[in-house]
Amino acid sequence: MERSLFGFILRYSKREQLLIVPLVVASMLIYFVTLDLPKAIINEAIQGKRFPEASSAVAFLKVHLTLPAFLGGGSLHLFDGFPLHQLPYLVALTFAFLALIVVNGGLKFQINTMKGWLGERMLRRLRYALFDRILRFPLARFRRVKSAELATMVKDEVEPLGGFVGESLITPLFLAGEALTALFFILFQHVYLGMIALGVVVAQAFIIPRLRRQLLTLAKERQLGARQLAGRIAEVADGAIEVHAHDTSNYERAEISSRLGRIFRIRFEFYQRKFLIKFLNNFLSQVAPFLFYLIGGYLVIQGKLDIGTLVAVIAAYKDLPSPIKELIDWDQQRLDVQIKYTQVVEQFTVDDIVPPEIQAPIASPQLPGAGGVRVSGLTLAGEAGTKLIDSVSFEVGLDQHVAILGSHAAGTGELTQMLGRLIVPSSGRIEVGGMDITNAPEAVTGRAMAYVGPAAYLFPTSVRDNLLYGLRHYPIREASYEGAALGEHEFQLREAERTDSTLLDFNADWTDYRAAGATGPDDMELRILEALKTVELEETIFELGLRSAVDPAHYSGLAENVLRARNAMRTRLAEPSMRGLVEQFDAGKYNRNATLAENLLFGTPIGRKTFDIENLANNAYVRRVLRETGLADDLLKMGHKLAETMVELFSGLPAGHEFFERFSFIKQDDLPEVKAMLGRVADAGLEKIEQADRDMLLALPFKMVPARHRLGLMDEAFEARILQARGTFAKNLPAEMRDGVEFFDVERYNGAASLQDNILFGKVATGQAQASARIGAMLHEVLAELKMRPQVVSIGLSYQVGVGGGRLASADRQKVAIARALLKRPTVLILDQAAAGLDAGSQNRLVANLLETRKGCSVFWALHRSDLAERFGHTLVMERGRLAEQGRFADLKGGGGALHKLLNAG
Amino acid sequence: MSLEQEFELIRRVPIFSTTDPSMQKLLAFSSDRLTYEEGQLMFSAGDPPDSAYIVMEGEVDITVPTPKGPLLVNTLGRNDVIGEIGIFGDVPRTATAVARTRVEALRISRDVFVNVIRGNPDSAIALVRILADRLAKTTAQLRRMAAGTK
Repeated sequence: MERSLFGFILRYSKREQLLIVPLVVASMLIYFVTLDLPKAIINEAIQGKRFPEASSAVAFLKVHLTLPAFLGGGSLHLFDGFPLHQLPYLVALTFAFLALIVVNGGLKFQINTMKGWLGERMLRRLRYALFDRILRFPLARFRRVKSAELATMVKDEVEPLGGFVGESLITPLFLAGEALTALFFILFQHVYLGMIALGVVVAQAFIIPRLRRQLLTLAKERQLGARQLAGRIAEVADGAIEVHAHDTSNYERAEISSRLGRIFRIRFEFYQRKFLIKFLNNFLSQVAPFLFYLIGGYLVIQGKLDIGTLVAVIAAYKDLPSPIKELIDWDQQRLDVQIKYTQVVEQFTVDDIVPPEIQAPIASPQLPGAGGVRVSGLTLAGEAGTKLIDSVSFEVGLDQHVAILGSHAAGTGELTQMLGRLIVPSSGRIEVGGMDITNAPEAVTGRAMAYVGPAAYLFPTSVRDNLLYGLRHYPIREASYEGAALGEHEFQLREAERTDSTLLDFNADWTDYRAAGATGPDDMELRILEALKTVELEETIFELGLRSAVDPAHYSGLAENVLRARNAMRTRLAEPSMRGLVEQFDAGKYNRNATLAENLLFGTPIGRKTFDIENLANNAYVRRVLRETGLADDLLKMGHKLAETMVELFSGLPAGHEFFERFSFIKQDDLPEVKAMLGRVADAGLEKIEQADRDMLLALPFKMVPARHRLGLMDEAFEARILQARGTFAKNLPAEMRDGVEFFDVERYNGAASLQDNILFGKVATGQAQASARIGAMLHEVLAELKMRPQVVSIGLSYQVGVGGGRLASADRQKVAIARALLKRPTVLILDQAAAGLDAGSQNRLVANLLETRKGCSVFWALHRSDLAERFGHTLVMERGRLAEQGRFADLKGGGGALHKLLNAG
Repeated sequence: MSLEQEFELIRRVPIFSTTDPSMQKLLAFSSDRLTYEEGQLMFSAGDPPDSAYIVMEGEVDITVPTPKGPLLVNTLGRNDVIGEIGIFGDVPRTATAVARTRVEALRISRDVFVNVIRGNPDSAIALVRILADRLAKTTAQLRRMAAGTK
C-alpha cells in the first residue's frame, strides 16, 4: 500500500484528475468573459458609444484576432458577425451574458460531480483495500488488535479522505492561478507595492504552515485517543459480565473519564493554537493595506505614483487574501488527511500478511486425493523464541480416526490449528492425500479441511445461514437480473472494476450444494437434517421452529398442515385423560387462561402498532368499544382494586426484590406513584379522578389471567359482558385497523402466533400438574404422525441466532459449528476441544455419532477427556509441543509411557 | 378458587404462620395451584428439585427407591409441606411423591421459598423443627429396619 496519501491519489486517480483540468480552465475563461461583458453592455449597448447615429449597426459575434508584433502584427479575420442596431445589440449582448452564466453553471456542476465521484471512488477503493488486508491478517494479529478499532479506522477515520481527494490537485491549481494573477497585476502596476504584497504573502506561506506543524502532532494524538476510546468502549461492552460481577463499573467510569479528559486536554491545546494562528494570519493580511496607505500615500505625495494606480493596487490586493486563505486551508486539510491516512495505513501494514494468491477465488480447485495425512518435522516458533510445536512427524491413513491427547500447554491446540492450516508452520510439511498443503491456497484448505475450535463463532444470521457458511467459497449460480436491476448490476460491476474491488457477485448463489452431497436447496435440507441429528441438535431446532411465528406464504402447505395438526390435537385433547389440559379458544366462551386483552380482541395483535397489549388501553377504538359496552367503568374499578392489591402485596418488599419483576403488574419504580394515585382516588372518588390516573388504572386489568392470578376480581356476569364487547370489537373494527389483529379462527392459520400456539389453538391450563410437559409430548407425537417434523425443523433453521450466536445456548453453538463442518464433507475434519463445553453424556454420544458418520473418513480430535480416545483408531499423545508417543489407545494405556503418565496424573 | 382461600391455607402452615400477612399473601399470589389425579406422579427421586408443595386437599404417598422396590416412608395430607428438603439441600430429590387420592396442592417455586425463609428467622426455625422431626422419624425407622434384618 502507498505510504503517502499523494502517492495513493496520483497512482489511482491521475487520469480522472487530469480529465477535470480542461473543464476548470474552460470555466475560468468563461468567468473572465462574464466579467468583461457587462462593460460592453453598459458602454457600448446602453450608452451607445458605438452607435453615433440611429441607423448605425455593429457586427455582433465578430471574431477578430490582432496578432502580436512578434508574429508580424496584422490581424486575422475569422468571422464578420451579424450587423445589429442598438436595441437588438443590447438584447443580443444580454442574452449572450445569460448563456455564458448558464454554461458556466453547467460546467461547475459537472466539475463538482466529477470531483465528488472521484473522491467517493477513492474512498471506496481505500476501504476495500483496508478490509482486504484485515482478511489477510495472520490470525495471531487479531490477538493484538481490537476489532472496534479496526472498524473505526475503516469506517470513520478514512471518511474525510473522500472529500479531500476531489480537491487534492484541482483546488490548489485553481486557487494558485487566481492568486498569481492578482499578484502579477499588482506587480505590473507598481513594483514596490507589488513587492510588499509579495512579501506579506510569502510570510504567510512560510510562517503559518510552520506553526501548524504543532497542530498536526496534536491532531495525531487526538485521532489515536479517539480510536482507543472506541476500542475501550467495545471492551467494556464485551466484558459487561465481569464489570457487574466484580463491581468495577466505577473503575471503568473513572478510566473512560480520564480518557475523555485527555482528549479534552488535547482539544483545548488544539483550539488555543488554532485561533492564535488565525489571529496571526488575519493580522498579516491586514498589515499590507496599512503599508500600501503609508508607502503608497508617501509616493503619491511625492508625485512618484498616481492615485488611480494606488486605488487599483488596493482593490487587487482585496481579491488576493481570499484565494491565499483558501489555499492555506487546503494545506491544513491536506496535512490533516495525510496524517489520518498514514496512521491508518501504518496499522494495516503487517510484515507477515497473507499474500493475495493464498485467498484468490478459485471456482473448482484441485483437492487432495486418497492416501494419508503425512506430517513431517512440523515446528511452530512462539513469540519468545520458544518452540510451541517441536518437530512433530506422523503418518496416518485418510480413513483413520485420530485422537490427540495432552495435558494443558502440550500444544494440542496449536497442532490442530496447523493441521487446519489456520496458522502457517515455522517449518515442516503437511501432506494430505499426496498434496502438500503447507502453503496451499485457502481455496484448497478451506474446502478439504474443516476446523472447529473450542469456542466457535456464529454469525448473527439464521441457523441455516450459519450451517451453510462453510460452503460459500465461490459463486456457484449467477443471479439473474432484468430491467432496471440489470442496469444497476452493470453499473455496480463497472464501479467495482474501477476501484479494483472484487467482481464476484454477492447476490449469486454461493452455496456449494455438490460439496455437501446435494443437488440444490431442496435436498440440502435433508443433508442439514442429517448433520443436525449427528450432533443431536435436531430436537432443539424443532423446538425453535415450534416457537416461531412465520408467514405461511413462505412455506408451501404449512397452513393446511398446521390446521390438520390442530384438528388431530383437538381430538386427542378431548380424551378423558387429557381433558382440561388446554383451554381452547371459543368465540362464545371466556378463556380463563388467557389475558383479558386476548379475550377482548379474541385474536393476536399483529406487530406492535395498533393493538399492542402494553398500550391497548390507549387505543382510541378499544376505548370506544369499552365505552359503548359500558365496560369502561367496571374496568376502572377493577384496575383500582388491582392497584390496591398490588400495593398491599408489594409495598413491604425491599427495593429491587425480584418479585416485582416476576409477579407484579406494576413496576417497582411506579409503586410510589400508584400509591399517591390511590390516595387521590380515596380523596376524590373514582369518578372524579384525572385523565392520566384513569389511563393508568384502565391499563392494569388487561394483563390479568384469571386462572393464574386468582384474584377473584371477575365473575361470570363480567365475563359475559367481555364476550359482548368482543363481538362489538370485531363487528365495528374500522377497515384501517383490520391488519392490526389476527382473529382466532379454528379454520384459519394465524400468522401472528407461533406454530405451537397455532396447533394448540388455546392456552395450556394453569393448575393442571405437568400440563406443559404432557402437551409437549403430545405435540411431538401429533407432528411425527403427520410427518410435519421436517417442516418444523426447517422453520426452526430460520431462527436468528443473535450476535455471536448469543440467542443459542453455548453447547448448541458448538453443535451448530460442528454440524457446519460436517456439512462440508471435508477430506479431514479437525476438532479442537469442540465438545468440551457439553455435559459428559452428550460428549459420549456426540463422539460416537460423529465417528459413525465419518466412518472411513479422516477425523482429528483434540480431546480433554482421555477416556474418549478409546473410540478412536489411533492416538497421538503430545507432551510440551513434542509428539511423545502414538499408537492404539489400548496399547498405550498400559505401556508406562506418556499416555500412562497423563492418565494417572490427576 | 381464589387467593383468599390459599392465603388462609398458608397461614395455617407452621413454616409460614409467623411471617407477616403481606408476605403470606405474596406467597399465595406467587405460587401455582395444581391438581393431581389419583396415582399421578408429583416428582420422583433423582429429579432436580425446583419447588416445594403444600397439600390443600387429598393425600400423598412418599416412597424411597430401594433395591427391593419402592419403600413407603410417609403419607402426607392437608397442610403438610412436601419437597422442602431438596430445596435447601441442593441435592436431587431423595424421595418420590405420588398422589394417593385426587390432590390439590400449592406449588411454591424454589427461589420464592428460599426468599421467604431468608427474610424470616421464625420460619427458618419452624423449618429446622420439621427437618429435625423428620430426621428423628427416619432414624427410628432405620433402627427398626436394622433390628428386623438381624
